[in-house]
Amino acid sequence: MREQRTTPAQRPFGFGPGGPMHGVTFQQAKDRRGTVRRLWPYLRSSARELIIVSGLVVITTLLGVLAPYLLGRAIDHCLRQRHIGDLAHIVGLLAMIHIINPVGMYLQSVLMVTVSQRAVRDLRRHLFERLQRLSVSFFDTHAHGDVMSRLTNDVDTVNNALSQGVVQLVGSLLGLTATLVMIFWLHWRLALVTMTMVPLIYAVTGLLGKMTRVAFRARQKDLGALNGLIEETLTGQRVVKAFRREERILADFDEANERLKKAAIRAGIIGGSMGPCMNLTRNLSYAIMVGAGCWMVGRGLATIGLVAAFLEYSGQFMRPLMQIAQVYGMVQGALAGAERVFATMDEAPEPPDEPDAVPLPAVRGEVTFDNVDFAYEPETLVLREVSFHAHAGQTIGLVGPTGAGKTTIINLLTRFYDVANGAIRIDGHDLRGVRRADLRHALAIVPQDPFLFGDTVRENIRYGRLEATDDEVVEAARVANADAFIRHLPEGYDTVLTESGSGLSRGQRQLVAIARAILADPAILILDEATSSVDTRTEAHIQEAMLRVMEGRTSFLIAHRLSTVRHADVILVLDGGRVVESGSHDDLVSAGGLYARLHHSFVTAGA
Amino acid sequence: MRPYRKWALLAPALMVLEVAMDLTQPRLMQTIVDRALPAADMGMTLRLAGIMVLAALLGLVFGVGCGIYANFAGLNFGADLRSALMRRVQSLSFADLDRLETGRLVTRLTNDVEQVQEAAMMVMRILVRAPMTMVGSLIMALITYPRLCWLIVVMSPLFLWTFMYISRRGHDLFLAVQDRLDRVNVVLRENLAGARLVRAYVREDHEEQRFGVANDDLMVRGVAAGRVTATTLPIMVFTLNMGLVAALWLGGWQVYAGEAKLGQLLAFTNYLVQMLFSLMMVGMFVVRLVQADASAERIEQVLSTIPSINDVEDVSTENGVRDRFRRAKTVPDTVFRSVPDTAVSWAAVDFGYRGAQAEPVLRGIDIDVAPGEVLAIVGATGSGKSTLANLVPRFYDVLGGAVCVGGDDVREVSQSELRGRVAIVPQVPSLFSISVADNIRFGRPEASDDEVEAAARLAQAHDFVSAMPEGYATLLEAQGTNLSGGQRQRLAIARAVLCRPEVLVLDDCTSALDAGTEARLLAALAEWDHRCTRLVIAQRLGAIRSADRVAVLEDGVVVGLGPHDQLMESCPTYRDIVWSQTNAPGDADA
Ligand SMILES: Nc1ncnc2c1ncn2[C@@H]1O[C@H](COP(=O)(O)OP(=O)(O)OP(=O)(O)O)[C@@H](O)[C@H]1O
Ligand SMILES: Nc1ncnc2c1ncn2[C@@H]1O[C@H](COP(=O)(O)OP(=O)(O)OP(=O)(O)O)[C@@H](O)[C@H]1O
Ligand SMILES: [Mg+2]
Repeated sequence: MREQRTTPAQRPFGFGPGGPMHGVTFQQAKDRRGTVRRLWPYLRSSARELIIVSGLVVITTLLGVLAPYLLGRAIDHCLRQRHIGDLAHIVGLLAMIHIINPVGMYLQSVLMVTVSQRAVRDLRRHLFERLQRLSVSFFDTHAHGDVMSRLTNDVDTVNNALSQGVVQLVGSLLGLTATLVMIFWLHWRLALVTMTMVPLIYAVTGLLGKMTRVAFRARQKDLGALNGLIEETLTGQRVVKAFRREERILADFDEANERLKKAAIRAGIIGGSMGPCMNLTRNLSYAIMVGAGCWMVGRGLATIGLVAAFLEYSGQFMRPLMQIAQVYGMVQGALAGAERVFATMDEAPEPPDEPDAVPLPAVRGEVTFDNVDFAYEPETLVLREVSFHAHAGQTIGLVGPTGAGKTTIINLLTRFYDVANGAIRIDGHDLRGVRRADLRHALAIVPQDPFLFGDTVRENIRYGRLEATDDEVVEAARVANADAFIRHLPEGYDTVLTESGSGLSRGQRQLVAIARAILADPAILILDEATSSVDTRTEAHIQEAMLRVMEGRTSFLIAHRLSTVRHADVILVLDGGRVVESGSHDDLVSAGGLYARLHHSFVTAGA
Repeated sequence: MRPYRKWALLAPALMVLEVAMDLTQPRLMQTIVDRALPAADMGMTLRLAGIMVLAALLGLVFGVGCGIYANFAGLNFGADLRSALMRRVQSLSFADLDRLETGRLVTRLTNDVEQVQEAAMMVMRILVRAPMTMVGSLIMALITYPRLCWLIVVMSPLFLWTFMYISRRGHDLFLAVQDRLDRVNVVLRENLAGARLVRAYVREDHEEQRFGVANDDLMVRGVAAGRVTATTLPIMVFTLNMGLVAALWLGGWQVYAGEAKLGQLLAFTNYLVQMLFSLMMVGMFVVRLVQADASAERIEQVLSTIPSINDVEDVSTENGVRDRFRRAKTVPDTVFRSVPDTAVSWAAVDFGYRGAQAEPVLRGIDIDVAPGEVLAIVGATGSGKSTLANLVPRFYDVLGGAVCVGGDDVREVSQSELRGRVAIVPQVPSLFSISVADNIRFGRPEASDDEVEAAARLAQAHDFVSAMPEGYATLLEAQGTNLSGGQRQRLAIARAVLCRPEVLVLDDCTSALDAGTEARLLAALAEWDHRCTRLVIAQRLGAIRSADRVAVLEDGVVVGLGPHDQLMESCPTYRDIVWSQTNAPGDADA
């Protein structure tokens, strides 16, 4: 899944020596039948509607065939042969058909709209659900804009094909069958002549179809890449402006835009050639028919009238084929889109819980790291032989130079990643043997970079415990020292934050995140530099309240300000992925190791 | 669209030729059936058949040609639209970005553009063909059977009404659809960006439910819009067919009475059927047009956003008189200031994010910073430190007073020049999915590898970068998610340092560094061979003590300004801040 990222379009700001890399290769036509088969379940829930629609299609198609026949009869019988008395009869019948038909058409398309909307809704929901099962590293390594493009643009192509294409396809196929039956019944020899075109058509659709699909796939891919670039650029827009990168960004953007344009033009032209090509085959079939007919008439194998009629029929035979060709591009686009959607669905999810995973109803909060090794990238070990034991209710401080692996320890404890060697145990159970949900329910974490939703402040805090009352929310905010500033916001707790949380200062966002964790009332509380941007006075206020909150829970505190961790029962000092020292603040200071040095630079800075 | 007029016109022109080729077919057919077949004249038949195939080949050429030009015109148009949007977004100020919201902007540039572009192509390919056939048929119908033409007159208002109904009702409905799509996108974006949070709090089900609500809503709107469009075709088909039946009935009697010829009636019905087919085409694509119209409106919203911060030159030359007038109205009596002999100066600055009416964030700020001076800015969370810093590179415009850099009012300097003079390390380091070196080079792409390394060394980043598997060439994930917090901060510092700016703004950018690394960084900055003015926002004493002077902010007001020792005596807030740190770990072993 990493290889995807090497295309230049997804590296929006690159200006390495390599230059743009063109000619993305798509030699292998992917599995079309498999894609169709996977789409089917999304339609199955609408089986009833589909049956009704099929019925309606049959009726409207048959009536559609009947109408011209009646018209012809009216002209031949009533007018040419002057049986004008029957005209009223036939006109009445025709009128009836033309009343029934539009009603049928209406029902048909309303039903199909429902069916297709339901299908794509399910497709979107399913994709979203799959995303929820993916491990966090997926989100770190995939361009968000590209994923979004799949859920919108690609799903859209499926919607279009379903709502507009399918009925047309079915109707055309039906018309085709009816005509086939008719012509073979009339004159099999001439029918066979008509059929000579079938292999040609098959070849043309086969070839063009394959090319179209490949071209559309390339197009959707470039579209996804461009959308990824747009997303990343706009997310980092402020830095772009701060560093005057607008021009270069636009240059990169233009390049990706240009690439998409080329791919799209290619796909459009190939897809659009289907119609004219079918036109050509139709005329070819006429010509063959005329030639063969003429020959047969000469031999007395057929009458002129029959040949004339067959020329008509071959037109009728070709029309549905042309229609099929018309929706073909749409269907190809949809298949290419669906393929991309399914590809994301097929990303490996977080490994499922062991079948015999033990439930963890009430966690006491005893945490043991037993010789844990870990690496994000195969070669570089980030943690080596990390071992420690936290008794239930203890406060553990984690300190060490930046990049030492503190956050990584938390990533393992929350099971965002699994250990490479060794084991982590919670209340004596190996983490890999407990249910993930139980484990995470027992934890509340305030991450280094707090994430806030584009929702009210209240709902953002309530995210910690969805059933919490408003009073509890306010109480949590008070403990986190956030209540005062929240009340100062234009609409207090009901102020809607923007997605990026840009309406608050960084420290304020951290306070909201702390309130959220407090509200969660977990057995194990993890604060990963949770107050790094909060000023020391506010932090001192919070600390008093936090000490009360942390009572009876196991807590992990990561901090660079040693003042934040000095009250911890045990302080673990990490360096280069190893625990180099551990003990209480006083022990460590007198031991004169790395902690004492860190402490020294911290104190001398202030003195 | 204009630049592609040639293509845009060529496409329909070729389409006309293609249609013409199509139209020759029936005549050729007729000749074959009427003349060649009865005579069983093989030679003539083959000749005519040959002509037919030839015409078809020409038709193919014209058809594909039409496709090529329609695609060229349509997709160039789409690309240009996207590019215009992107360019507009690049020129927006921070306040505009706050207001428009990233998520929504992304949909404008992606989904909405797609819709409009599809529609443009459709217009060229189908909507041209159908009306052509329709008008042709209408004229032919008029000529062949004038007596029944009142039928068409009766039917027309119904068609018109249907089209109008669709475009009016449909427009609102499709706007609603796009709006719900926005919502779905927002939830999705949040779940992509906040995946860790969702996992950590085991809120997968909650999020699925949230998404489900948005998703269902989108479906409901989609169905509603689809329902309206589903009525179009049947109404049209019904009307036309009724016309056909009426023609048959009335014409039948007229033919019977000898008042008209059978051929006339036949031709008339034929033309009606042709009209029916082209109307069906139009009906199908009117829907897409309406949909595109809704998207176009949303695009227009962005394109018509006038950047709230403009360079002075812009105002008079590029945007013309109208803009100057607008500015004159929005900023009534802008007085440009200049404060000579200062590197940075805030002169009586008032500022608020929500306009003059709301409670201000900064009030009456007066600070002058001398060239080469290091000013620390301290204060409680939310007291306005970052805001104060953000005014220096003119991310926002002041409501009152003025901010000067190098003695010039920032509003008088072009943004590009200003931001070349001021480099900022934002509080939240934002990195991109490019190599480490390119991230550092972000502000000065032409910098050499040595300069990059020197900047990284200064920012204390060299050690960890060279320990990475591919060193400076290592690719980062978007936002630098494969780095630790302190590593991200140091890259952001290196990025700013490489610019060698006149003014370097460090907004709380050592918060994730351990004290040792921070001390080394501060020392390196102090010994830096490039003399620059530094504004340092910091919480920890280490950074504060390294400054020449300290500004103490409280609720948007400067309550203390001066060197450390002086403030220790005169400013109680400052004393509190210092004590909150020295008393904690310091006293234990003091
Ligand atoms: N997702 C990731 N993929 C690859 N490497 C990573 C990832 N996250 C962190 N690393 C690397 O692992 C090492 C430890 O990172 P970690 O985030 O645990 O450090 P930390 O001690 O929390 O540092 P800080 O104090 O700066 O936050 C770093 O060298 C970092 O580059
Ligand atoms: N983009 C914004 N829109 C509206 N209000 C904002 C915005 N950014 C900040 N604010 C508000 O302005 C005030 C000052 O914020 P600022 O970011 O300057 O604080 P700060 O002193 O830097 O705090 P911290 O130490 O937490 O970073 C805060 O009350 C904040 O809620
Ligand atoms: Mg700030």
